[in-house]
Amino acid sequence: MTPLVSIEHLVKYFDIGRDQRVHAVDDVSLTIYEGEIVGLVGESGSGKSTLGKTILGLHDKTSGTVKYGDEALPQHYRAADFQKYAARMQMIFQDPYSSLNPRMTVAEIIGEGLRLHSNANSTEIRERVAEWLRRVGLQPDHMSRYPHEFSGGQRQRIGIARALILEPEFVVCDEPISALDVSVQAQVVNLLDSIKKELGLTLLFIAHDLSMVRYVSDRMAVMYLGSLVEVGPANPVFFEPAHPYTQILTSSNPEPDPESERHRASTSITGEIPSPVNIPAGCRFADRCPKVMPQCRQETPKLKPLNGDADRQVACFLYD
Amino acid sequence: MSSDKLLSVENLAVEFDTYGGTVQAVRDVSFAVDAGETLAVVGESGCGKSVTVQSVMGLIPMPPGRITSGTAKLRGRNILGNPIVGGEDIRGAEIGMIFQDPMTSLNPTMNIGDQIAETLEVHRGFTAKQAFNRAVELLEMVRIPEAAKRAKQYPFEFSGGMLQRAMIATAIACEPAVLIADEPTTALDVTIQAQILDLMNDLKRDTNMAIILITHDLGVVARMADEVAVMYAGQIVEKGAVDDVFYRSAHPYTLGLRAAMPVNDREAEHRLTPIDGSPPDLFHPPKGCGYCARCPAAMKVCNDVVPPEFAMSDTTDHFSRCFLQHPESSAVRLDGLYRKEVSA
Ligand SMILES: Nc1ncnc2c1ncn2[C@@H]1O[C@H](COP(=O)(O)OP(=O)(O)OP(=O)(O)O)[C@@H](O)[C@H]1O
Ligand SMILES: Nc1ncnc2c1ncn2[C@@H]1O[C@H](COP(=O)(O)OP(=O)(O)OP(=O)(O)O)[C@@H](O)[C@H]1O
Ligand SMILES: [Mg+2]
Ligand SMILES: [Mg+2]
Repeated sequence: MTPLVSIEHLVKYFDIGRDQRVHAVDDVSLTIYEGEIVGLVGESGSGKSTLGKTILGLHDKTSGTVKYGDEALPQHYRAADFQKYAARMQMIFQDPYSSLNPRMTVAEIIGEGLRLHSNANSTEIRERVAEWLRRVGLQPDHMSRYPHEFSGGQRQRIGIARALILEPEFVVCDEPISALDVSVQAQVVNLLDSIKKELGLTLLFIAHDLSMVRYVSDRMAVMYLGSLVEVGPANPVFFEPAHPYTQILTSSNPEPDPESERHRASTSITGEIPSPVNIPAGCRFADRCPKVMPQCRQETPKLKPLNGDADRQVACFLYD
Repeated sequence: MSSDKLLSVENLAVEFDTYGGTVQAVRDVSFAVDAGETLAVVGESGCGKSVTVQSVMGLIPMPPGRITSGTAKLRGRNILGNPIVGGEDIRGAEIGMIFQDPMTSLNPTMNIGDQIAETLEVHRGFTAKQAFNRAVELLEMVRIPEAAKRAKQYPFEFSGGMLQRAMIATAIACEPAVLIADEPTTALDVTIQAQILDLMNDLKRDTNMAIILITHDLGVVARMADEVAVMYAGQIVEKGAVDDVFYRSAHPYTLGLRAAMPVNDREAEHRLTPIDGSPPDLFHPPKGCGYCARCPAAMKVCNDVVPPEFAMSDTTDHFSRCFLQHPESSAVRLDGLYRKEVSA
């Protein structure tokens, strides 16, 4: 396996005035290998989108490094850097409603990357846009329409075409299906899957829906309050979660099966995710953890291989 | 048949006048719930779930909306279009409602405790002091920590999950006989969702209220429902006990929904089967079955005739609006309709 994106000790703080800062991403290290899909899950506000955007240079890094292959990506992107990396790394944005400019036609939206980052002429651009519309299951004659004329699922496809037309190698998909109906989610997931195979893409797939993430991903990473608490192959993380937070996530995930839901014990977690402004000392999950130990409130657990298995990492003193 | 149930809706039809024409949002919907029972209403965006329950609550804006037929009986009394019964507004008192977006239904300029207290003063004649004290108890009941302090805070000071719980507290303040919850957890994380669902189940057990739960998440349905109504293009296409609808699905749309979702089984390597196409235009609803254009088993008749409710057995009230269930229909095996492809 060849590392494609290597994230080391990445930190992203947002200063929000009055000497307060949001610890949105706090010391995250993760290696994403060529051709794999890494699923990133975690509660709202845990820093998933910020991590994705910081990897791509859409936010400046507070500290830490991101390497693409062997090349260290800039701390702060300039226009020329976007120019240089746009063709290799792209993002599909969280919200299919607000992420498409309502005043641009579909052709302009999808073709924009080519116009900015390639020397294709306008005829070539139109051809490529038509080809990608077909590829994502829309029609070439949709080109002159505006985003509001499309359903949520269709807009998500437009977002996918826009990100993929440059044929990038690495794509951050930020909740590409959350706003969609079940029947349309399957369309979009299958579409991503087949394009991934065709183009040999590597994906960071951010989502809330654990069942879908397990289904889509090769590996899964679980984020809590800016930190990764567990990383590993998708099936073991989903079926035999090690971190108490992952355990609560998977046991809260309702399955479309009345019989197994009847036998599910109530597992409600107590408390709320703490504010990322006042990060508690020690393990960030300690206040809500059913298995908390005195040590957890003093020291911060680091991601370590679980039972010596380097593929499976967990940040929890239970496994020391 | 269902009129002796606590709440029964029959032959409800609702239209909206819009610039594009008349939207037939709900077309002949009937259902009923009894005390202590949860009915889940599922279906994709725009199929008429919210409009159905908003009609019962008298919340359809008229114009542009119009209820063209139907009744909604609470304990045998028609409340459709006249929510004031015996001088009392049944909304809030007899039927509580939780909305998808708590921010739109809570008053941003009033503290949470006063908002809950207000319904108690209006409907139960509590004094301001009694009502506020009860509001604090209700916030404790929905597990808001430090309820007395929180009651004095405003909606913007609450997280999404806490707002949703505060809204449940408001909805159950007057101990309504029916709780209508329109996507109560869609905007929430799974962990908070589990809290809210557990809370609703506890309340149902303790007060024997009926719950109508709207959702498009079949996992939530499996966890909560006794009965399930599957809606498509303004109609209920399948309804029955939760086990019947999940394990003996009798409408191609229900099967399609299930095939589109991942199964949590590490051995089964399947590919998701999407439902091709999109729901019909409700400006011009199809003459026959609403699902016809997307249905892999559609027959000629489906195009022209609205399928009636075909009973699936003599002993249950499980029905499907699908001509495949017609006794004379040549036996198409429904379980092969959306076979999950086995990938190599
Ligand atoms: N531009 C910004 N300025 C200040 N704070 C920010 C900014 N962007 C994000 N945050 C904060 O950083 C934290 C992480 O946010 P982020 O959007 O990355 O979370 P997320 O995991 O993607 O959540 P969701 O599941 O809701 O999309 C949150 O507390 C958020 O409020
Ligand atoms: N005030 C209104 N004016 C015009 N049309 C309306 C109005 N309210 C609802 N509709 C239409 O009625 C139909 C049913 O809408 P409804 O809100 O009941 O859908 P839903 O099943 O609740 O969908 P969702 O899952 O997206 O909430 C839609 O076509 C919608 O556009
Ligand atoms: Mg996000
Ligand atoms: Mg709705």
